[in-house]
Amino acid sequence: MAVPILKQGPFLIASIQSALTDTDVLQLRDDVMAQVTRHRSRGIIVDVTSLDVMDSFVSRSLRGIAQMTRLRGATTVIVGIQPEVAFAMVQLGMSFEDVLTALDLEEGLALLQARKEPGESGG
Amino acid sequence: MVGEAPERIAIESDADVVTARQRARALAVGLDMPSTDQTLLATAISEVARNITAYAVRGEVLLELVRDGDGRRGIRVVARDEGPGIADLERALTDGYTTGGGLGLGLPGARRLVDDFNIETAPGVGTTVTLVKWTR
Repeated sequence: MAVPILKQGPFLIASIQSALTDTDVLQLRDDVMAQVTRHRSRGIIVDVTSLDVMDSFVSRSLRGIAQMTRLRGATTVIVGIQPEVAFAMVQLGMSFEDVLTALDLEEGLALLQARKEPGESGG
Repeated sequence: MVGEAPERIAIESDADVVTARQRARALAVGLDMPSTDQTLLATAISEVARNITAYAVRGEVLLELVRDGDGRRGIRVVARDEGPGIADLERALTDGYTTGGGLGLGLPGARRLVDDFNIETAPGVGTTVTLVKWTR
């Protein structure tokens, strides 16, 4: 099932609705990259609140999205990782150390806003 | 042993991987397994079932309710295929080792997520991974 991606100002919000197959995850990656280019987005939020499992493939793919969008000058924040999922990820060995995360959508947007403003004021 | 026939899920596509872990979670819910343990089990199944689609193309996952000598209940997962087998099992169980372009966390990670973990493999014959998650 395709993940809807909404444009909100300079940001994109990809809101995962249900369990993702590997094919869905790769489609999400391609869609995010296409939309970042089309809208010249500065930030991307991937909301994983509804995911009850984040295995090594999903984790690696989300990290890949974060790295690829960074190379395009945009910042990706993963929001909504459930407590049990976080526990399983750490056991699995996926620490996400190099990926920005936030508690929920609201916190994620605040994080993106905070990162955007210093650059715009000219430092 | 509970004595019910194991539930069999054919693994031929990435959608079957999702089905296998969702069925296991449903069984875990039936045992009143804590939700953290449900998630650990579902994640471990995702890893071993993906190994089937990634390396062996097709195989199966069997889910079975089990009981040990103390009456403790659990879920046994058998993921098996008749694929190429694993040439170097010790390395395959080491974090970061992969022949498939992934992160090399699948097998060693799955082992950390469950209570019992066993793997039998032979090159050219196939691989059988058995996992058990016990209720606490």
